[in-house]
Amino acid sequence: MNTTAHEYKTGWKRGLVETRISLTTPSDMLGYLVPLAIMVVVLAFMRGGSFEDAPVSLGSMSMPGIIGLNLAFGGMMTLVGALVMDRTNGTLLRAKSIPGGMTGYLVGRIVSTSMFLLLNTVVLLGVGLIVFDGLEFGSPDRWLLFVLVVAMGLISMLSIGAVLGSLVNQPQNMALVVMPFMGVVAISGIFYPIAALPEWLQAIGQVFPVYWLGLGMRHALLPDALSAVEIGDSWRTLEMFAVLAAWAVVSLAVAPRLLRRMSRRESGSSVAQRREKMQQGWG
Amino acid sequence: MAQPLTDAGPALAVSDLRMRYGDKDVLTGVDFTIEPGGVTALLGPNGAGKTTIVEILEGFRARSAGSVEVLGTDPARGGEHWRARMGIVLQEWRDNGKWRVRDLVVHFADYYRPYAEPWGADELLDMVGLAEQAGQRVQSLSGGQRRRLDVALGIIGRPALLFLDEPTTGFDPHARREFHELIHRLTDLEGTTILLTTHDLDEAEKLAERILILAGGHIIADGSPDQLARSAATVAEISWTQDGQRHVHSTEDATAFVRKLLATDDDGAVTDLEIHRASLEAAYLTLVEQFESGRSEKAVDQFREMTE
Repeated sequence: MNTTAHEYKTGWKRGLVETRISLTTPSDMLGYLVPLAIMVVVLAFMRGGSFEDAPVSLGSMSMPGIIGLNLAFGGMMTLVGALVMDRTNGTLLRAKSIPGGMTGYLVGRIVSTSMFLLLNTVVLLGVGLIVFDGLEFGSPDRWLLFVLVVAMGLISMLSIGAVLGSLVNQPQNMALVVMPFMGVVAISGIFYPIAALPEWLQAIGQVFPVYWLGLGMRHALLPDALSAVEIGDSWRTLEMFAVLAAWAVVSLAVAPRLLRRMSRRESGSSVAQRREKMQQGWG
Repeated sequence: MAQPLTDAGPALAVSDLRMRYGDKDVLTGVDFTIEPGGVTALLGPNGAGKTTIVEILEGFRARSAGSVEVLGTDPARGGEHWRARMGIVLQEWRDNGKWRVRDLVVHFADYYRPYAEPWGADELLDMVGLAEQAGQRVQSLSGGQRRRLDVALGIIGRPALLFLDEPTTGFDPHARREFHELIHRLTDLEGTTILLTTHDLDEAEKLAERILILAGGHIIADGSPDQLARSAATVAEISWTQDGQRHVHSTEDATAFVRKLLATDDDGAVTDLEIHRASLEAAYLTLVEQFESGRSEKAVDQFREMTE
């Protein structure tokens, strides 16, 4: 039996079970869906608002960005949160204690996170198309673009999540990831066109993948005339894929090394220490 | 495969194992060999370094010096094949809490398939007494049930070697007895060597055929519970009060000592004379007590005096 192939297959099965668990655990679903639902409701109220003389409402203009943000936040934070929590409760150590367990664990996490996110993306897309006027999703070239952006976004955000998750070794330090992420979101043109920001903020926003994921989604879902609102009056298709790919390549190159380092450092006493620290933090 | 996978040779061979954290020596030369089969207890006060030894044996921690072979392989270089031949049960595992018990067992069995024929889930759950909980979520199990699930996951790949690290910490007497019964059932499994760490002499005596006592960074006693008990019982502890001061003396020949003591006591200053035949329990309790009050070297010396 090829042991590597077997490890991946076992990981795949693990991912399916974890997906089922997420979908059947109300607290998991609520924690995830409530913030998304709030965002969509807020956008729905923004259907009356408009940006300059754009042909669609501000709500419709922002909806594609929400789908992108969901991918970015979900892809990254789910993996960071999982790696951090699983180190505290010993799931990772368990994986380390069985043959091929670490590979199985990681493959499982990637599979379950992707499944969960893809499902949510489809739901969000459906809601967007029904609730918001002016979205265009009627032709195969748009479907293809949408699928490509989703795939690219997933790959880059999951690998960034793996990198950050292996660096954060205490649940308390999650804020070190969440806070900067929120800052990045604020300057990524998700809720309001980035062109409205001062130029130096635009420059910083364009370094991170969140802006480009939002741009890709708008490209796939908004009338072409709206590219006039974007930087350079264009969807910048090539640049969008190039930046997302660059983030993916760099993270994928670093992630395995960091994950191995993280795994090497796991032991019963390191898990116990972490838990003790966490309890002190609460006490 | 470069690793020897035969069961020839000892299950565990440790020689001059040393561990140093910063400038603190935790292990100062540990030596022992365990042949395949049976239950061996590694007994010692909290903080003696039991977990450190076990983590080194499991391949989870790098040692400072010394040679270690686990199933014929250096744990620092053990691959997945080697990993597949051992089971690990840690003190506190709260992993995979949202999984259902049976799903988790079925899933973990899968990992071992390239290496061995794993236990069937229902058969295994039956053996550890969790058949009724098969459909429950792992996080809803009681402490004792959870630990029995950990044992099930530890033996699922039919390991040659099983580590149990302080398996009954925090158990009530009932859960403890049930767990001890489970360990007895495990010893009937053919060819599984069990290394159990505990700070509880009673538990070691109940479960193990051989006890290694770890204190002061090395093994200070090694033998069957009977052997250790007998060596401890050859020594008697004599205590008396003289000139308002309490004296204690350990000796193998209590009668001769007392005769001499009283012969020199012309003015009747010796009072409250007591003679105790030392037990292993007393010797161990003294060791633990002194160890915990930070007098580890004295504790080890005195223990040796009492058991040699």
